[in-house]
Amino acid sequence: MHSFAHPATWLHLDWVLVVVLAWLLIGAAGVMALRRFRFVATVLFPLGAFFSIVLMAVALSAAFADPEVAVLPLGLPQLPFHLRLDSLSAFFLLLIGGVSAGVSTFAAGYFRQGEGTPPGLICLEYHVFLASIALVVLADDAYVFMVVWETMAFSSFFLVMANHRILEIRRAGYLYMLVAHIGALGILLCFGLLQANTGDYTFANMRSQHLTPFWGSVAFCLAVFGFGAKAGLLPLHAWLPEAHPAAPSPFSALMSGVMLKIALYGILRVGFDLLQTRIWWWGVLLMAVGLASALFGVVFSTVQVEMKRLLAYSSIENIGLICAGLGLSMLFASYDMHAFAALALTAALYHTISHAFFKSLLFCSTGAVLHATGERSLGKLGGLMRFMPWVAWPTLIGVLSCAGLPPFGGFVAEWLLLQSFLFTTGLPSSFLDMLVPVMAAMIALIAALSGYTMVKYFGVIFLGQPRDEKLANAHDAGLWERLGMLWLAVGCVVLGLFPNQMIAVMDPVTKLLVQAGLAHTVADSGWLLVPVHMDRASYAPAIFLLGVLTAFGLTFLLVRKLYHGRMRRVPSWDCGHPWQTARMQDSAEGFGQPIRQIFEPFFRMDRHLPTAFDAQPSYKVQVEDPLWYWLYLPLVRLVEWVSRLVGLLQQGRIAVYLMYSFVTLIVVLLVVKR
Amino acid sequence: MTAFAPQFINLFATLILLLSFAMISQRRIVSLINLFAIQGAALVAASFLLGYVTHQPDLYVSGALTLVLKVLFIPWMLHRLIRRLNVRWDVETLLNIPTTMLVGIGLVIFAFSLALPVSRLSDSIAGGSLGIALACVLLSFMMMITRSKAVPQVIGFLSMENGLIFAATTVTNGMPMIVEFGIALDVLVGVLILGVFMFQIREKFDSLDIHNLETLKDDQT
Amino acid sequence: MTAMGVLSQLLALVTALLLAPLLTGWVNQWRHWLQNKSAPGVLQPYRMLHKLFKKESLVAEHASQLFRMAPYVKFGCMLLACAIIPTLSTDLPLSPAADAIALVGLFALARVFISLAAMDIGTAFGSLGARREMLVGFLAEPALLMVLFCASMITRSTSLTVIVETLANRELAIYPSLLLAGVAFTMVSLAENARVPVDNPDTHLELTMIHEALILEYSARHLALLEWAASLKLFAYSCIGLALFFPWGVAEAGTPLAMLLALPVLFFKLALGGMAMAFIEMVSAKMRIFRVPEFLGTAFLLAVIGLLVNVLLGVG
Repeated sequence: MHSFAHPATWLHLDWVLVVVLAWLLIGAAGVMALRRFRFVATVLFPLGAFFSIVLMAVALSAAFADPEVAVLPLGLPQLPFHLRLDSLSAFFLLLIGGVSAGVSTFAAGYFRQGEGTPPGLICLEYHVFLASIALVVLADDAYVFMVVWETMAFSSFFLVMANHRILEIRRAGYLYMLVAHIGALGILLCFGLLQANTGDYTFANMRSQHLTPFWGSVAFCLAVFGFGAKAGLLPLHAWLPEAHPAAPSPFSALMSGVMLKIALYGILRVGFDLLQTRIWWWGVLLMAVGLASALFGVVFSTVQVEMKRLLAYSSIENIGLICAGLGLSMLFASYDMHAFAALALTAALYHTISHAFFKSLLFCSTGAVLHATGERSLGKLGGLMRFMPWVAWPTLIGVLSCAGLPPFGGFVAEWLLLQSFLFTTGLPSSFLDMLVPVMAAMIALIAALSGYTMVKYFGVIFLGQPRDEKLANAHDAGLWERLGMLWLAVGCVVLGLFPNQMIAVMDPVTKLLVQAGLAHTVADSGWLLVPVHMDRASYAPAIFLLGVLTAFGLTFLLVRKLYHGRMRRVPSWDCGHPWQTARMQDSAEGFGQPIRQIFEPFFRMDRHLPTAFDAQPSYKVQVEDPLWYWLYLPLVRLVEWVSRLVGLLQQGRIAVYLMYSFVTLIVVLLVVKR
Repeated sequence: MTAFAPQFINLFATLILLLSFAMISQRRIVSLINLFAIQGAALVAASFLLGYVTHQPDLYVSGALTLVLKVLFIPWMLHRLIRRLNVRWDVETLLNIPTTMLVGIGLVIFAFSLALPVSRLSDSIAGGSLGIALACVLLSFMMMITRSKAVPQVIGFLSMENGLIFAATTVTNGMPMIVEFGIALDVLVGVLILGVFMFQIREKFDSLDIHNLETLKDDQT
Repeated sequence: MTAMGVLSQLLALVTALLLAPLLTGWVNQWRHWLQNKSAPGVLQPYRMLHKLFKKESLVAEHASQLFRMAPYVKFGCMLLACAIIPTLSTDLPLSPAADAIALVGLFALARVFISLAAMDIGTAFGSLGARREMLVGFLAEPALLMVLFCASMITRSTSLTVIVETLANRELAIYPSLLLAGVAFTMVSLAENARVPVDNPDTHLELTMIHEALILEYSARHLALLEWAASLKLFAYSCIGLALFFPWGVAEAGTPLAMLLALPVLFFKLALGGMAMAFIEMVSAKMRIFRVPEFLGTAFLLAVIGLLVNVLLGVG
């Protein structure tokens, strides 16, 4: 053990623990200043953001260092907390630090007085949440993992219920808690299997166990079930579209941007690191579940009429795509094609970090819009670009990144993923060889549909005419909010323009998990991103951006020089129609109507159409999730039926209860007699 | 020329698959018949080419038979039938067209993955096109199932037979002549009978929708 | 990056800029002739561009900077697209910057910006055009990507210059999957370039327009840039088609004299392609907007079948 007295000798792990402790102290300080809103908002949250940046720096340095272990004297006497910081943990700490820096800064400007929970309490829950997330990726044995996992679930539950006076929010919170615990049960069982009867729950022990293919598969399926419940994979996704809109926007940003990724961390840790065997159908299972979730998510997000639900379904889509990448990587790894496995894994990790940044940015923008206008329904928004330019332009960057357009971060991830799908015709099984191009086609389709969704999101909220007169009073975001959103937008741009550097950070992770890395091919190429070989594929986002900007600039200047740049403002042309109102432009529902029509079998729709004989014609359409009715409600009915059966035991008469004890005593005596 | 033969065979195979898929996504009966005629022509060209390369005159005869029947006679007869029956131009389907196409893709994947190991073992010049021929057969079968008018069903049946002949031709260099003649005769007779049948349906129900056939069953209520 | 490379890159760019309106004029010319009408002349698009640039731009009162920026962004994207497609030569220094997937991304970027700009004014036509454009785009983009993947699987590369070089230099071989990809590509380029049977470039009826609805509010230099960008898009699509399916005649790196030959060859190929497109437009009727997803879905699935045929026949 090294000495704590000299900070220069501290390991990276020590610095991370300092950050965690700092966050817990900030939370405690928040509880002391329970109702001092000013203090909490302008001092405590920015302090938390500062420590996030420290965490980022430490994580960047730790990514290239050797793994470090520590044993904390907390916990039970025989089960102290084991902690470990390796490159996978460092990558996720980088993600956590980067995103929470922006979100904490945004939250500093977000809070207003009188929103249910006192601000000091929110500060406590928020920082406990952050601290527990950081500890999840550091955990090195099952006990501390479950403790901090549950802490994360509880603190996020309280954050979701911040406005607990509203009934829908309470319902959303309970549903979230329920699914989170079902998932935790799966994870617990999985850990139980992984320790293989040795009684030693540390991860180091689990790594050295060799499970039979059967038990290994059961453990993997339990892990996908448990972590998938937290990540929002089909069919355990029903809580996501309820909980993310219910929470206040900075927490939706954290939940969507960071917490879902921690669930993916769990799959990575268990599937790639703790389980040493690789079986091909595990990869296919992940790919199938991922693609199903992605298609479901994107189709549903296109037809939503509330902005946060749209983003929640879009998160389901992105998580599905990341899982598909992980599945492909596992498939390659099971056939010992390590280089391709590294390519697919890098693509999945890149998508993870870019999604974290752009989704939090988008959720923060919904927070700013909600504050400025008080509306969350897309049907009452519109034209906000004029009133809130500081929110609109960073949101545009987030939207372009989410749609997977070059030169932003989302495109690099998609590019890498499609590359890994293309060069796959070396798989031994002919069926898989056929299936993989089809899955690549589906990914292309899903990416194009997400572009549709994002145009709808940005166009309906920020462009066009305001659909309500009150919108003219919308005020722009405050200083803290602007800073937070700018930080996240810069993150998206950096991820898009400097892929080589990011891949260099991910290289130790892929080396750890699939024993191969991209860094050596990437590093030789300077400005170009060359994953395999120059002749095969290359992409240079900086030159791309430079090309478009140069063309833009040259055209602008040349036109002005050769002709002129005169401009006049007039009423809009609208093909000569003299009157136009804001109601004549597309509503959110109208924009999504073609997709609703094409993908009709996916939805459960409740439509009320006007007839020619109605005195007051009205039109109503409600689009719902069919899985809720096919899976969840029948399960609930089953559980209620079983409970009723068990409830028969409760007779209410003392004689019956005494008889239960008597019968149990007799049975025990009989058994002991044997 | 002989060096290019496998590639041409594959090309014709792909053309036949393309036409099968195009037939599924068609909405108009007239273009359906025309596509079927082109498919027959591709099959004829493949038979002739294969006959030339493998020096088997049987394939010439089979090709000529297909030309007379499938490219000239049957499409002419179907066109005449449509004009006389005054059939509306729209193909009515049980599943909508996008769903049909998605199921079609699934069938193609299934057929290809079945045929992949077999084609690697085949030593015929065009072993690779077994999967394509199988896919054509399955697609035509599906077309027969999901159409509710009689004429597209007939075309589906004939196109399935096209696929079978193509499979036989490429994998085993043709079927025995007697089998070939027998099948051709059966097909001809079948189409003539179907034509008569269509007249009867039309006279009874005044429409060619096969849903009307369901009203013929005995109601025990 | 040699001097020859820079020269060939600049030459490709200038050719694209100058030839694109000529190609549009040529296609229009043939459309008129095939319908037995008298044509305005092949140089009409140039005259129109000149006329539009001279005018004063009228912009709606509440249009944002996005609206004014979008024509330049679309023009820049199309220019970059033409710069990386091997038209005259495969010695293009810019081509490693963007491969086939990034090319599709370029088109998508232009489409998203133009759709957002159309929604900016807040009229019924603008949002109609934006919705329809995204509808066409959401199926056309994956279909184009799959077509390019067919070629990539055969040549084991997604870089366009490598694809062209490989396909042109291989001994004459017939790839059946390219037949399927070719049919799919024709359908996609008809849809993306706003041609009959998907969209009528002559129309001004709201029932039928997609491209026209997007550019309805633009005037003067913005409109000129958008029209030029549309011509560049048609040029780019034609050149992609030529590069994938008829790659012979394109000069290789280090053969400057071949570039002199490549220009008339390109002229010839584009002329034939333009006539073919006009012919297809003449024999088709415009389809209802609800049928367009089926049309593009067929193209997408044909391209996927092409990929599967590749795997079946063991190519790539």
